[in-house]
Amino acid sequence: MYATNYHRASSVEEAVKLATDNGDAKFVSGGQTLIATMKQRLASPSDLIDLRHVAALKGIAVNGRSVRIGAAVTHAEVAASAELRAVCPALANLAGGIGDPHVRHLGTIGGSIANNDPAADYPSAMLALDATIVTDRREIAASDFFQGLFTTALEEGEMITAIRFEAPEKAGYAKFPNPASRYAMTGVFVARRGGAVRVAVTGAGADGVFRHEGLELALSGNWAPDAVGGVSIDPTNLMSDLHASSEYRANLVKVMAKRAVASTL
Amino acid sequence: MAKVTLTVNGRTVSGDCEDRTLLVHFIREKLGLTGTHVGCDTNQCGACVVHMDGKSVKSCSILAVQASGSSITTIEGLAQNGEMHPVQAAFKDNHGLQCGFCTPGMVMTAVDLINRHGNSLTEETVRAGLEGNICRCTGYHNIVKAVLSAAAEMGTARQAAE
Ligand SMILES: Cc1cc2nc3c(=O)[nH]c(=O)nc-3n(C[C@H](O)[C@H](O)[C@H](O)COP(=O)(O)OP(=O)(O)OC[C@H]3O[C@@H](n4cnc5c(N)ncnc54)[C@H](O)[C@@H]3O)c2cc1C
Repeated sequence: MYATNYHRASSVEEAVKLATDNGDAKFVSGGQTLIATMKQRLASPSDLIDLRHVAALKGIAVNGRSVRIGAAVTHAEVAASAELRAVCPALANLAGGIGDPHVRHLGTIGGSIANNDPAADYPSAMLALDATIVTDRREIAASDFFQGLFTTALEEGEMITAIRFEAPEKAGYAKFPNPASRYAMTGVFVARRGGAVRVAVTGAGADGVFRHEGLELALSGNWAPDAVGGVSIDPTNLMSDLHASSEYRANLVKVMAKRAVASTL
Repeated sequence: MAKVTLTVNGRTVSGDCEDRTLLVHFIREKLGLTGTHVGCDTNQCGACVVHMDGKSVKSCSILAVQASGSSITTIEGLAQNGEMHPVQAAFKDNHGLQCGFCTPGMVMTAVDLINRHGNSLTEETVRAGLEGNICRCTGYHNIVKAVLSAAAEMGTARQAAE
């Protein structure tokens, strides 16, 4: 790891100022991605601004069906939240399936979303839940936030403070984990509000997380695993790598969509 | 340079290190507690697992300065008065190790799992809970047996104490 300067922020304002004042600074939240990347010398921030001690980034609040999760809430906390589980068990289960217990004890929702790894779990949930990403300066709809591989709408020094969404009537997530890393080789998040269905796919798209119109249409007509059977998934824009070909991933999209819907019945 | 202060196995310790020093290196090289191992360079193998403020973490995935102010338990902190911790004893009794390299991380992970689930642990939960710990000798079977037997033992001990 290259040398770096560590700063511990105690408020959002202080953290943003530290990031702005120090040219090549990066926020570090759980560090489960960033520290690993620094160890491999694939990242070399001049300064690290630690967000783990910023109280305003903590906590899960559920008000009726409105959910707010602070950016520095860990995957383990999301998985263990009884309040969240009562309105949106799919998101709690998703968090409980990220990586391993040690990664879940440190890794955070804000870090995962900011990173926008094409195989990360949370981006699919944010997109399917039509979540709002709250930053220190504005609110961004999930559909505008995720902009391709490891790319988001965040500006230099902009910090995610929380995510918000209205819990849908039904939501489900299923992933086929890479057996070594546990990241999604394909993961599908489905959500239904009245007749409106959103289906978001992670781990499969060559440009990162995406919504699938064909699946949305089929499921809005019939919310059942069988409805997925007739949908064709075009492998053209899907990833192909040593883990799986794009054709294999296209099939996984179907299978995971079926399982995700089945988990809500 | 950073000044790092930690409570390690109940003792307050402090030392200077570079900001980029990983917690695992601080523990091994500054504190001389070499029971915590480094097995990979990619945050995957779990040989470096310690407890930070009561939760299992990979000490190679966090800087010592990030951990400053917290309370750390390492494998050296488990035995009390020369008596092995029940999880350590169960690993021995069930032949839950061969070469022993992954064992400190396995034991720390098992203690965390039992703390969180008590003796309601099932084989499935144990196997999922060991996801972040890699063992290249045992095939995991006896490790899982050891964790379940320790959980039962600790549950019984807890009931007897109540
Ligand atoms: C062994 C292993 C297995 C894993 N398996 C999975 C898996 O199955 N599924 C999955 O989804 N992920 C997985 N992960 C990744 C894990 O979920 C990370 O925790 C997550 O991607 C990043 O969150 P973090 O809090 O650790 O972020 P950090 O590593 O601290 O930061 C990541 C990036 O986000 C930026 N950032 C952090 N917080 C903010 C903020 N509030 N505002 C703006 N920018 C911010 C940082 O500057 C950095 O660029 C795994 C990681 C490991 C090590």
